[in-house]
Amino acid sequence: MQPRPSAILSLTMTFSDIGAIVKRNLMRFKRTPEIIVFSSIQPLMFLLLFNYVFGGAISSSSGGSYINFLLPGIMAQTALFSTLQTPIALVADLDRGAIDRFRSLPMSRVAVLAGRTFADSLRMSFIVFLMFVFGTLLGFRYQAGGGKLVAALALVVFFGYAFSWLTATLGLFIRNAEAVQTAGFLFVFPLTFASSAFVPVATMPEWLQVFARNQPVTQLINGVRALMLGGPTDAVWITIVWALSILIVFIPLAIYKFDKTV
Amino acid sequence: MKNTKEPVIVVKKLKKYFGEVKALDGIDLHVDKGTIYGLLGPNGAGKTTVIRALATLLTPDSGTATVNGVDVSLNPTQVRRMIGLAGQFAAVDDFLTGRETLMMVARLYHVPKKEAKKRTEDLLKRLNLEEAADRTAKTYSGGMRRRLDLGASLVGRPEILFLDEPTTGLDPRTRQELWQLIRELVAEGRTLLLTTQYLDEADALCDYISIIDRGKVVKSGTTASLKASLGRDVVEVVVADSHHDEALQIMKKVANCEASVDELNQAISVRASNGADMLIKVVSALEKVGIRPKDLSVHRPSLDDVFLAVTGKKTKPQVQKTKSKRGGR
Repeated sequence: MQPRPSAILSLTMTFSDIGAIVKRNLMRFKRTPEIIVFSSIQPLMFLLLFNYVFGGAISSSSGGSYINFLLPGIMAQTALFSTLQTPIALVADLDRGAIDRFRSLPMSRVAVLAGRTFADSLRMSFIVFLMFVFGTLLGFRYQAGGGKLVAALALVVFFGYAFSWLTATLGLFIRNAEAVQTAGFLFVFPLTFASSAFVPVATMPEWLQVFARNQPVTQLINGVRALMLGGPTDAVWITIVWALSILIVFIPLAIYKFDKTV
Repeated sequence: MKNTKEPVIVVKKLKKYFGEVKALDGIDLHVDKGTIYGLLGPNGAGKTTVIRALATLLTPDSGTATVNGVDVSLNPTQVRRMIGLAGQFAAVDDFLTGRETLMMVARLYHVPKKEAKKRTEDLLKRLNLEEAADRTAKTYSGGMRRRLDLGASLVGRPEILFLDEPTTGLDPRTRQELWQLIRELVAEGRTLLLTTQYLDEADALCDYISIIDRGKVVKSGTTASLKASLGRDVVEVVVADSHHDEALQIMKKVANCEASVDELNQAISVRASNGADMLIKVVSALEKVGIRPKDLSVHRPSLDDVFLAVTGKKTKPQVQKTKSKRGGR
């Protein structure tokens, strides 16, 4: 029998395992380009619809360019919607026996989930960046420096990454692709629409404002706006705390459930 | 390494319930090194659950299972280093090529890259997948997928292989090829535990068989002893109506047992431990008196016959939770 690997060796192996799973999941995107194409078209559609349907009404009432207001919201929405793909792919891997194979191998227990969320976040980064490019074509102008722009994109992706652990956990508990998508929308819709994404929170009824002001996606959007357009960056830090909290709760929960899943 | 007489896999009083369904209801197994052990039973009997417990994919409610003396519940990682698993639904990724699949699995076994490449190329050659190595598995036939899945289970060079219904859904020729491969793998010193719904498969491959029904071993023994006890081959002859009665008498005499007549097609059948031998005897006896059979056949008792003999009831598929969640293809 082999000697027990040292802690450093086992950490190296864990990263190697995560790397192998990330590579596998990226190959899926490469060999099935439809996944990326349609998951890019959907947020682009939202960007165009919101900009041209609501743009006139909202910019005339609040003043200023609506695309500047809208794009941070669209970027956050893109990240959140994108996390709904994570549990669907996870359930598909469970159903097809791919995860049985992985779990019969002497590999790291966290690699399947870590590789899944990481690869999905890479795709998310690409699409979020694409929305920034399209937004710019529609007239968005960022008003802070390049460093802050990168920080804004990173904030969106970091929050989205954390949220994908939540949706992954949901997938492990529900274990049905259709059901998990519907359940996911129950989280994602209120969080994106009852937020500062598309309209100023001040226009909402008061009871809704209480929710909208204090929920994490509003903080994320406000943080992104502060980084791209200037202003106080408190929301950036609040978002980071939210994201870390989600990770602290849902990484162990997801791993626990993954181990119990048969 | 332990004494070769020592069983490689030992399962004691293993139980696993999924709610009301008793997937495993106290299973005992002893698998000797270098043998093929078959778990035979209908859908939902608990065969897959045994494999999943041994492959560390689920934790039993009670009882123990050890692989080379290592407890699967207490030390799953160590068990995983010794085993290879090929599943019922051929768990290969559609979007990866054969070569990529084997390389990925080698990496997950922490095989150094150079060695991983060597093993991958060796396996592709051995599994006759060289030509298809750079095509995605999406383009593979059912048999190719099974071979690739089996290949993935071999990358880690395991001493012990678990094959869950390795040939279900394959055409007869592909099935034969896979059987040949399985025999070779065991001839190289591996120990193999497989599940099957088919008596002929168990017969063709296994040294030792346990028949499983509703989570329990209802009968086990060497393949030969089981066959002898479970029922004998059936030799069936159809002759022209004018010779029917004469042929019936001759066959009774040759077989030295009662003969039965199928009411539909008037086929006369007798039972024998070796059907082929009996067929030859019957045909030559009939020929001596100038009777030429219109139709001849030998068949083995079916799984249903075996179940009827062992459990006294017809096989009835039971819904198995672990399976119902997976998509068949």
